[in-house]
Amino acid sequence: MHSKPTNIATNDLVDFALFLADSSLIMGHRLSEWTGHGPMIEQDIAITNIALDLIGQARNFYQYASELINNQDDKKITEDDLAYLRDASEYKNLLITELPNADWAKTIGKVFFFSAWQFYFYQKLIYSSDKQLSAIAEKSLKEVTYHVKWASDWVIRLGDGTEESKKRMESAVEDLWPYTGEMFVAANFEESPKNSVSIDVSNIKNDWLEKVKLVFRDATLFLPNKTWMQSGGKNGVHTEHLGYILAEMQFLQRAYPGLEW
Amino acid sequence: MNNEPLWEVFIRSKQGLDHKHVGSLHAADAKMAIENARDVYTRRMEGVSIWVVESKYIHATNPDESQSFFDPANDKVYRHPTFYNLPDELKYM
Repeated sequence: MHSKPTNIATNDLVDFALFLADSSLIMGHRLSEWTGHGPMIEQDIAITNIALDLIGQARNFYQYASELINNQDDKKITEDDLAYLRDASEYKNLLITELPNADWAKTIGKVFFFSAWQFYFYQKLIYSSDKQLSAIAEKSLKEVTYHVKWASDWVIRLGDGTEESKKRMESAVEDLWPYTGEMFVAANFEESPKNSVSIDVSNIKNDWLEKVKLVFRDATLFLPNKTWMQSGGKNGVHTEHLGYILAEMQFLQRAYPGLEW
Repeated sequence: MNNEPLWEVFIRSKQGLDHKHVGSLHAADAKMAIENARDVYTRRMEGVSIWVVESKYIHATNPDESQSFFDPANDKVYRHPTFYNLPDELKYM
């Protein structure tokens, strides 16, 4: 299923909304994999809370995208169609969101890098000329502010912790670093509505970097000096992980279309 | 995780005046205890303010002593404010 509105500007707006929706959904889905497996009950609840927050954000963006598509093409699709019936090549999420959870340190690393990006991104998105995106950003910012705080504390706890926790946190940072560049390189759909709807991602890169440096200092961690960055997520070019995620996430809807509780 | 101290959690609801005891949790330090309390005990808008106290700092009365501690107050009626005649105009005292 591939719904593309006919108007160019709306096309980009839909892609932009889908990019934000997909990123939150896939990250939320990955974090939900910790349900019942968290290292301590308090952390099991904390990480699943974050997952729920993210899925809520995704729903808001999907609902908006479906509205835009329906208005443009006189269709009747819903948020569920967008989440459950699109293939991996149509997904626009950041690659970092689809990486495996591995251990707690890797998961914390993902949440920290991603939430910090969302934090500065949503702060700017509140000023978008698109009222709906602005409203979603404002609501989401409160949730994300806590996610960043929570994740930062864990980065510090692990980095400045035991020998083992430090080793694992360092390894997590090394593995995740090449996936952070994508956050600050605009896709086509981000550039054309750039006038007033989307935000200039290159603008927030420094804020993000400063935040990372600040937390890393307390965590006694070093910034990797690699400069090569992975990319492609925003254009539907994904790692092998996304296929498996969607297979699990979409199975029920695809096997029993229209199924309801 | 086994040697993390236990903390008691108190939450004040939006309309409330006092913090009520809602449960306990484990955390390594006060900051973590506050965040854990927020995650575990305020999911359904139970409150707007959190206090955490390490359980070891809470001292309580000994149930074995409750007779001598609390029974004597029961029959000292002269301490209760029930002997005033309130005028009818005072509706909410």
